[in-house]
Amino acid sequence: MTAAATAFSVAGAGYRPLMRRILESWPVYRQVTGRDRTGRGEAAKSRRSAELTARTATADRVTKSICPYCAVGCGQNVYVKDEKVVQIEGDPDSPISRGRLCPKGSATLQLTTGSSRRHQVLYRPPHAKDWQPLDLDTAMDMVAERVIATRKQTWQSEHEGSETNRTMGIASLGGATLDNEENYLIKKLLTGLGVVQIENQARVCHSSTVVGLGTSFGRGGATGFMQDLQHSDCIVIEGSNFAECHPVGFQWVMAAKARGATVIHVDPRFTRTSALADLHVPLRAGTDVAFLGGIINHVLSTDAYFHDFVVPYTNAATIVGEEFRDTEDLDGLFSGFDEEARKYDFDTWTYDGAPVAPATGQRDETPGQREGDRGDVRAAGRSEQHGSGGPAVEGRDPERDETLRHPRCVFQLLKRHYARYTPEKVEEICGIPTASFEKVCRALVENSGPERTSQFVYAVGWTQHSTGSQFIRAACVLQLLLGNVGRPGGGIQALRGHASIQGSSDIPTLFNLLPGYLPMPYAHHQQTLETFIEADRARKGFWANMEAYLVSLLKAYWGDKATKDNDFCFGYLPKLTGSHSTYDTVMEQLAGRCKGYFLMGENPAVGSANAKMQRLGMANLEWLVVRDFSLTESATWWQDGPEVDTGELTCEDNATEVFFFPAAAHTEKDGSFTNTNRWLQWHHAAVLPEGDARSDLWFMYHLGRKIRAKLADSTDPIDRPVLDLTWDYPVEGPLAEPSAAAVLAEINGHDADGKPLSAYTQLKADGSTACGCWIYCGVYADGVNQAARRKPWTEQDWIAAEWAWAWPANRRILYNRASARPDGTPWSERKKLVWWDAARGRWTGRDVPDFEPEKAPGYRPAEGASGVAALSGVDPFIMQADGKGWLYAPAGVLDGPMPTHYEPQDSPFPNALYSQQRNPARILFPHEHNRYQPSGDDPGSQVYPYVVTTYRLTEHFTAGGMSRWTPYLAELQPEMFCEISPELAAAKGLENRGWATIVTARGAIEARVLVTDRMTPLRVQGRVVEQIGLPYHWGPNGMATGDAANELSAITLDPSSHIQEVKTFSADIRPGRRPRGAALPELVRSYQDKAGVTERTGTEV
Amino acid sequence: MTDTRDTQPRMGFFTDTSVCIGCKACEVACKEWNAVPGPAGSAGLNFTGDSYDNTGGLGADTWRHVAFIEQRTPPGGQENIGSTVDLGMPGMPGEHDRSEFRWLMASDVCKHCTHAACLDVCPTGALFRTEFGTVVVQEDICNGCGYCVPACPYGVIDQREDDGRVWKCTMCYDRLGAGQEPACAKACPTDSIQFGELDVLRARADERLAQLHEAGVGDARLYGRDPADGVGGNGAFFLLLDEPEVYGLPPAPVVTTRDLPAMWRRAGAAAATLLVGLAATFLGRKR
Repeated sequence: MTAAATAFSVAGAGYRPLMRRILESWPVYRQVTGRDRTGRGEAAKSRRSAELTARTATADRVTKSICPYCAVGCGQNVYVKDEKVVQIEGDPDSPISRGRLCPKGSATLQLTTGSSRRHQVLYRPPHAKDWQPLDLDTAMDMVAERVIATRKQTWQSEHEGSETNRTMGIASLGGATLDNEENYLIKKLLTGLGVVQIENQARVCHSSTVVGLGTSFGRGGATGFMQDLQHSDCIVIEGSNFAECHPVGFQWVMAAKARGATVIHVDPRFTRTSALADLHVPLRAGTDVAFLGGIINHVLSTDAYFHDFVVPYTNAATIVGEEFRDTEDLDGLFSGFDEEARKYDFDTWTYDGAPVAPATGQRDETPGQREGDRGDVRAAGRSEQHGSGGPAVEGRDPERDETLRHPRCVFQLLKRHYARYTPEKVEEICGIPTASFEKVCRALVENSGPERTSQFVYAVGWTQHSTGSQFIRAACVLQLLLGNVGRPGGGIQALRGHASIQGSSDIPTLFNLLPGYLPMPYAHHQQTLETFIEADRARKGFWANMEAYLVSLLKAYWGDKATKDNDFCFGYLPKLTGSHSTYDTVMEQLAGRCKGYFLMGENPAVGSANAKMQRLGMANLEWLVVRDFSLTESATWWQDGPEVDTGELTCEDNATEVFFFPAAAHTEKDGSFTNTNRWLQWHHAAVLPEGDARSDLWFMYHLGRKIRAKLADSTDPIDRPVLDLTWDYPVEGPLAEPSAAAVLAEINGHDADGKPLSAYTQLKADGSTACGCWIYCGVYADGVNQAARRKPWTEQDWIAAEWAWAWPANRRILYNRASARPDGTPWSERKKLVWWDAARGRWTGRDVPDFEPEKAPGYRPAEGASGVAALSGVDPFIMQADGKGWLYAPAGVLDGPMPTHYEPQDSPFPNALYSQQRNPARILFPHEHNRYQPSGDDPGSQVYPYVVTTYRLTEHFTAGGMSRWTPYLAELQPEMFCEISPELAAAKGLENRGWATIVTARGAIEARVLVTDRMTPLRVQGRVVEQIGLPYHWGPNGMATGDAANELSAITLDPSSHIQEVKTFSADIRPGRRPRGAALPELVRSYQDKAGVTERTGTEV
Repeated sequence: MTDTRDTQPRMGFFTDTSVCIGCKACEVACKEWNAVPGPAGSAGLNFTGDSYDNTGGLGADTWRHVAFIEQRTPPGGQENIGSTVDLGMPGMPGEHDRSEFRWLMASDVCKHCTHAACLDVCPTGALFRTEFGTVVVQEDICNGCGYCVPACPYGVIDQREDDGRVWKCTMCYDRLGAGQEPACAKACPTDSIQFGELDVLRARADERLAQLHEAGVGDARLYGRDPADGVGGNGAFFLLLDEPEVYGLPPAPVVTTRDLPAMWRRAGAAAATLLVGLAATFLGRKR
């Protein structure tokens, strides 16, 4: 005990005599004289133990922040001592997370302060074998010069006779991990420079969500918020591994379960979500439309739909035109398909009496437009503009038959369309036994109606398919039929996976959108602001005010330079000529037309479909800028990428200049994230970034400043848009950090006197208001940052309206007019939310009404009414042109008005419902490195006999840039692995912990084998099919390494959203590690040969 | 320092494994708070092939550990539908009815025993019982003798290879002193790990157990809750869904120093007898 004896001293003992103190420092004395006679407690306490204090208690300050990983948006408290972050933990005040964090959130201290972060700018000159350090300011100048030069060199004033005012020479990718304010500056500066190829993770993760939810309900975001899950009576989680990918949000599922709700998980694998569910239903990956269609058929054929909800609130009663032909008539095709163009013409899908088709493509049709343009307009991803506002409906009001008996009413069309989706077909296609299927049907039907609600939860398990938008549409149709929209515990919860991926859709770093889901203009002859608006806005609903939204945006971009006389600088906007999605950009890079590339916190060399194509595209660039925490695979492919190993690429031959800029972390910058439920939450900077690390706000602002300074004397008209931009943000602190609050204020908007606006209803089309994103108008109401509001959840009701701010107008459950009957009274006491207060003459309730507050339930529009006034007091879907939820989408979804089951691009099975095998309108990219495989009964399809599905794990984040370098996370899932059933292991001679090689027509990877009962062989079309699970987090760099699953995937896109199909494809698996060097592509080729793969394989309609 | 022994109730953990989602937030939050060394490089990483468990168990560098048990057992109150598929492959190795499957997850931790053998055998006073009733290693005292390692009936306490000292969960002694809950309990997304006064937790656990039994989860049981067990009950106890052995926990742990007093008494008696004999010999020679 001598060590303790000499070390011990009692704090604050100065008052006692020295001798006594010395004596008391001796544990034996304490043992003999104190109460701890055995010497195992108080007496044994050491000096260190006595002086121990929690660093959370001694911190100089606590900064409020938001977790930077997924889109749940958990609150974080950042503890700072001596200007260093010493601890990060959950913020107990947050109504979303209640102080809890998942392992990634718990590892943010290591992420932000750990040694794996880079703090120095690096530069790789052309042909160099290694990096060299570079001064930050020099690097900024070099990038500015390259932007200017490339832009000048590749400037395109017109394309095939139409004005384009753009450059196709520069592209940008990334934004979902960044702040809204950063996304705003990226889009603003690059748009000013004429760059159109601006994309982010939202494209590859949830673009189909925007299409699916937007066309059905009018807005492309989740319909409610996670805390509301606790009010659900039945929760169906399908296409999502909720517990693993959004663990803290999952607490609300557990809360529902504790209250007696039924939790169902439908997923190819038994996951940590299934482990906590009441029911796990395994299905074959990619067959969800067949499954959901089966439930729709059940609901319709047993009259289990919520009649009193369906008739007034949906378009069930609306009559469709006589020319429409269903897949029933055309064996898997709808009317209007153009085989040659591989596109639908939607004229025949429209409502009866709405002679001009309400098609997104046609909405763009302007006077003088050339024939043949339309197809390209459609390719430009217009469906996504329904992120806030459904497609327009022109002409007179469509006819309705509220008895639902008219043979051409939507209800009857739906019934006919889904009649063949029988339980037997569901079993045959999905591998779900009839008895199990019926259990799900029963649970849903029993938990829907006036007294009860069911909710669907999905994520990228639904979005990432060649008909992904329709997966979501199918759930929308079902929820509308069951009356589960706009009501507590109901709706569709879209779980997004990046901190601000909702924000990077709303303030889009996306090629086809302007902020607030305004469409990017398409190139036409002599297009003016007026003709553009006229072609695109809706006659009815809030979208009718599009001109006010667009003019206010132009005023925010170009300030005083934007006047009525110059069309508010509308002509400055670069124009689209088709699809310029991230996958199109890869093709542009391979073609040598796209020469400069910004990667802003995205790692496509691992995370995008067909990783090889991504790298080969980058290898063809003149310059590449990578902004990240660490040297990701997208930064180092030229040095140690897979193509260097195979010999397809050498440093000496590669001429790409690469700049690496270290990025600032969320703890080092102010800004807002928009979570998966549309909540804008502000995070405050706790400390300054170290070394060369800077925020993306800093990077874009100062890059813009430098470019503008270098062009200041230019008289070239192509430089006017960038020189005329408003670009005068106040800077703060020693690093000259632009004020994120000032950017948010610009996004919110102000009137002619500079006074902040408080609602988008104040926006004007006369140029007197400026607003950077109309749906965010109100976030800076009264000059107060509403996103920074943090009233603890314990001091509010469950809506927590004073925590942060949600678009639109702080409404938390969208379409909540539907929580009341048509007459304005609640459906039931148990499910009341918003109702009509007749005495006060306004809507009231717990949430902000998603409705005009004083529009009475009995209001009916006058003949010929337009705009918002044209919607009746019954119509809950105020962003829809007809105010109705769309069971049938006469426009907006490019591959059909009703979801239809097609087999995935690569599938070992034929389509059991139609002779049309795949989605006829899917987008293909035939290329020697993007070969498709034979499917169904085609010869060679059994060369790739297994179904693969890809996914995330709790312990890692997306393409790994924020987790593989973090030791505490790396050790939890240290290596790439594949999950297979014991049956498949036995059949193929695969051993647990051993190695397997997985092969497709694109590539081959190796993975450690995890043999598990959680993988279930399924019986499909009379035979057993095995599924292989592949997490996609790994790449060769960092601490936890492995081959990337995306070496195997193909680029095949959903036509409406341009999202890639990576949730399912087929492959072979064999024991052992993959070959090295040139033998690797040889193996892939040998499989192609065996399967007879040619450039035409899989490309048939 | 105020003497809180009379007013400070005993604090503990109740880990309800029936709501654990196996996210491992507890493992990470613990390491972050306590600055537990992580793997030094790729070499420190180990893909075990044992379900989703790649940290293996509690040890000097893992003070919270989540076990994953994939089990061919009918899940209580849960259905897995893949089960009824007739695979049509009789005799296929590994084939079985998938309804007979469940995936258990449980976060293990030092039990902070009422009768803690590690503390009993520590010759340096490095281990001590805090005012919260928890058992803590004092890193400034521990000399790495390792006596406590075999003494622990759960195999929890462990020596760190590089410095030789022993390390384990402190129930975040420093945080408790500041009135804060331990890092793991704070992070836990589903409240599987609950921290509080032991008496309150025991009552809550009893209630939860009754609830599960009523819901048909017959195998649910409490582990380490009983003050009459071989270690006098645990400061950190669990609700399990199967036998403790399934989770790698000893079914009936006994404090390894239980027989120490009796052994000392016997050794004393033997020594006395020896001395008496010795004295008799000398006395005899004189005679």
